[in-house]
Amino acid sequence: MKREAQIALITGSSRGIGKAIAVKLADAGIFTYINYRQNERAAIQALGEIRERGGEGELCPFDVTDLAATKGAIEKIAREKGRLDILVNNAGIVIDGLLVRMKEVDWECLIDTNLKGMLNCCQAASRPMIKQKWGRIVNILSLAGEMGNAGQVAYGATKAAVLGLTKSLARELGSRNICVNAVSPGLIETDMTASLEDEVKGKIRGQIPLGRVGRPEDVAGAVFFLVSPEADYITGQIIRVNGGLYM
Amino acid sequence: MTLCTESLSEKRGSMELEEKVIEIIMEQLDVAREQCLPEASFTDDLGADSLDLVELIMEMEENFGVPISDAELQNIRTIKDVITFLKAKSTQKETS
Repeated sequence: MKREAQIALITGSSRGIGKAIAVKLADAGIFTYINYRQNERAAIQALGEIRERGGEGELCPFDVTDLAATKGAIEKIAREKGRLDILVNNAGIVIDGLLVRMKEVDWECLIDTNLKGMLNCCQAASRPMIKQKWGRIVNILSLAGEMGNAGQVAYGATKAAVLGLTKSLARELGSRNICVNAVSPGLIETDMTASLEDEVKGKIRGQIPLGRVGRPEDVAGAVFFLVSPEADYITGQIIRVNGGLYM
Repeated sequence: MTLCTESLSEKRGSMELEEKVIEIIMEQLDVAREQCLPEASFTDDLGADSLDLVELIMEMEENFGVPISDAELQNIRTIKDVITFLKAKSTQKETS
């Protein structure tokens, strides 16, 4: 099936999992907007990689925690391209620490980006998707939101909240042929997990049935499936990409 | 004389508003003009679901430049309700 007319926005896609998703979608002929907040250099690199591979895309910097900026950016895409088909809510931050030692500002930041940011993007993208009566939204969750993880109480809470968001939004938008799903990665090799000590990683690896840490491309594959015509009858679901670490 | 022309242009304005409202409803709800009777209820007669109503309201807000609050939305059930509401809002705008 030809997909050349499709337009996608991937939040936080200058590097890591977001970048892998952007590359994967662009490889399939989807016009991909690379969103980032600060790291312009990485975003330019990501776009360069997409173009080198023959894909098409554009940079789309905005801060997902800022509703007005998010709405402005998404309205601009819808105006310029006439539509927005795919939204991948990938932008997220992690601040680890035992709850007793965490500061209020830590969970405020986590909630602002990981939860409010997704609400902002979903609201802004819903408008054009409802109008065109078609859309695919994929939210990136985390193992910590499902299984729980010591040291990630606030982070896990935001990710669990996004699961609730995903299911309710899937119900709200189903009648407009808009599918809302989630992909929940386990331990993936990215900048976000680079700070984990090797000993910790080794311990986790020992519990992964597939015996290895995941790659951003593993997650991108699941996202790609969910936005492809093969997944047209799937909504409100969660796909876990964790090597079997949590089932 | 002046009074007469004023009321005429007022009448024309209100007819234009009604026409625009019906156009939007036909487009948004995919219904025929014959169905758009003043007393037609959006949900019961025109088959609108809650999302349709929200879309309709957003479309009205954009077209007529008036914000419609959730409380006001509660009182809007029929085509007549929308037209009465928008007319009241537009006179408010003119007098203020």
